[in-house]
Amino acid sequence: MNIHEYQGKEVLRQYGVTVPRGKVAFTVEEAVEAAKELGGPVTVVKAQIHAGGRGKAGGVKIAKSLDEVRTYAQELLGKVLVTHQTGPEGKEVKRLLIEEGCDIRKEYYVGVVVDRATGRVVMMASEEGGTEIEEVAARTPEKIFKEVIDPAVGLMPFQARRLAYAINIPKELVNKAAKFMTALYTAFIDKDCSIAEINPLVVTGSGDVMALDAKLNFDSNALFRHPELLELRDLDEEDPKEIQASKFDLSYIALDGNIGCMVNGAGLAMATMDIIKHYGGEPANFLDVGGGATTEKVTEAFKIILSDEKVKGIFVNIFGGIMRCDVIANGVVEAAKQVGLDRPLVVRLEGTNVDLGKKILSESGLNIVPADSMADGAQKIVSLVQ
Amino acid sequence: MSILVNKDTKVITQGITGATGMFHAKGALEYGTQMVGGVTPGKGGTKVDFDLEDGRKVSLPVFNTVEEAVKETGATASVIYVAAPFAADAIMEAVDAELDLVICITEGIPVLDMVKVKRYMEGKKTRLIGPNCPGVITPGECKIGIMPGYIHMPGHVGVVSRSGTLTYEAVHQLTTRGIGQSTAVGIGGDPVKGTEFIDVLKMFNEDPDTYAVIMIGEIGGTAEEEAARWIKENMTKPVVGFIGGKTAPPGKRMGHAGAIISGGKGTAAEKIAVMESCGIRVAPTPSDMGATLVSVLEERGLLEKCITKKS
Repeated sequence: MNIHEYQGKEVLRQYGVTVPRGKVAFTVEEAVEAAKELGGPVTVVKAQIHAGGRGKAGGVKIAKSLDEVRTYAQELLGKVLVTHQTGPEGKEVKRLLIEEGCDIRKEYYVGVVVDRATGRVVMMASEEGGTEIEEVAARTPEKIFKEVIDPAVGLMPFQARRLAYAINIPKELVNKAAKFMTALYTAFIDKDCSIAEINPLVVTGSGDVMALDAKLNFDSNALFRHPELLELRDLDEEDPKEIQASKFDLSYIALDGNIGCMVNGAGLAMATMDIIKHYGGEPANFLDVGGGATTEKVTEAFKIILSDEKVKGIFVNIFGGIMRCDVIANGVVEAAKQVGLDRPLVVRLEGTNVDLGKKILSESGLNIVPADSMADGAQKIVSLVQ
Repeated sequence: MSILVNKDTKVITQGITGATGMFHAKGALEYGTQMVGGVTPGKGGTKVDFDLEDGRKVSLPVFNTVEEAVKETGATASVIYVAAPFAADAIMEAVDAELDLVICITEGIPVLDMVKVKRYMEGKKTRLIGPNCPGVITPGECKIGIMPGYIHMPGHVGVVSRSGTLTYEAVHQLTTRGIGQSTAVGIGGDPVKGTEFIDVLKMFNEDPDTYAVIMIGEIGGTAEEEAARWIKENMTKPVVGFIGGKTAPPGKRMGHAGAIISGGKGTAAEKIAVMESCGIRVAPTPSDMGATLVSVLEERGLLEKCITKKS
């Protein structure tokens, strides 16, 4: 789960990570009011959307007066920001972070991730702040330093110091930086983060080490123990179809194509998208109905797929294992009747009770095109939507 | 021969009194697996009764702790169906009881719980398969997990995969061609897990009864690339592959917690390129996994040896 920068900074502040003073604003008036409260000579107006690259896209403005705060807030609220992470359609700005400006001496990068290869949490740091870490990794990998953290003892002070020295934090600020890193690690563990990225981390003229930006992602598997994080979810930032799917425990991701897919199992669902593309079609979604698909789930899945106007046809690809094909077939027939199927439907069933399943489909009186294999089904649906 | 499990493997089920645990314990018993008991804290001393489809009646003892279950039953393996919030604890309990093999089916375990589990397992004898996996099956001998047993057939092709249903797809394509499997291993779709591709490939390489391997990967991480390089250096048997997620958009988790392209890393294209450069033939579509293996077996003169059932 993603949250906004201002929410991320609030979470980090609770763990003693230094962040600039700031406040969220939903309207121009709130923005001006917040700037007044902060009272500094320079105020930063930052668009809050769940995507990086906001600065380059014009989503971050430096205001030197309250009038400028007003002008920038007016300009940004309601604006559609297009960054390299939003896709061409962009994202509408509905919230602003109004923050005190600070006297930046130098920018750095600090990030925390779970490293698959070691099965450990790793803290990364670099002197190349403000640049995307992937870019640094591609161009100058020697400038990224890593500490692998033993979960039994956590990030040790010597590891934090070693990182701080490696990225050339001014020596009088090394202890402050190490404290910052320790607090960041504690927040990462305590809140079950999947990514915590501070880019840039800055040292200021007044001798502070602080997070000028903060990106926190949380492990969705761990949200059951973090009701406080669920409150930070911003549904405006998510696809309505994905929200609807999550209510029914369906794993759904919207894509740009015109062939709706309904599959059991994540791997098979991905492979189904791939095979549609292989035969010249474009998948409209990823959808895993899971191992225990019921008629209700299948019906909801159909509704979600059909609510996408781009969808010109549907490919159902089920490998019935524990889930019997006759149950799936009944679910498909029931769902198709309920939602009033108005687009071509190709169904490929394989596995337990497959013959019974096929019989149910063919006797349903519905216009369902049966397929003998994944390849056959993919070819059929691709030609039907053309 | 086979790897990991065989007809002599004695298995306990952790979470046996839950609906999922009970359902799959029954399925395993019907397949012929030596299920010898179960663990549910608080239900020790009770029994779980099964009426199998072939008319047999089996009654399995339930214990409060894994330690007790192992002592009383002589089990060497455990399968875990415990709910995600408690699954990490269940794994560590099984490791503490010094089982040889623990297979965790549970999906949705917090990744930082798995980081702790991996640390806890260092220096211990137990091998963990999963979590978030379909399990392990040695056809005709032992089925531990949620896979449909009947699609499998005893034979000489090893299957290792990050995805459940794609494993079934591959196995089905083999069985319908008369090609049996030595063992099929689902290593699971999570980013931090007990067993990686290389661990399983090593076992297949050393198993005299496995003649070839299908390796099914997907987007996210670099385990397939590492496995490909290992294969090039060490593997004496042909390996064919498939990678799911060629069309997956970056930054989105595709169902599995581990299936995500992040920072431009972990794409299908990159994995396929490395695999091919290491001499692994990669099936162009999931429908071609069986056919791709057949063509490689033919070239190596292994096809006849791998066909275990003539049509």
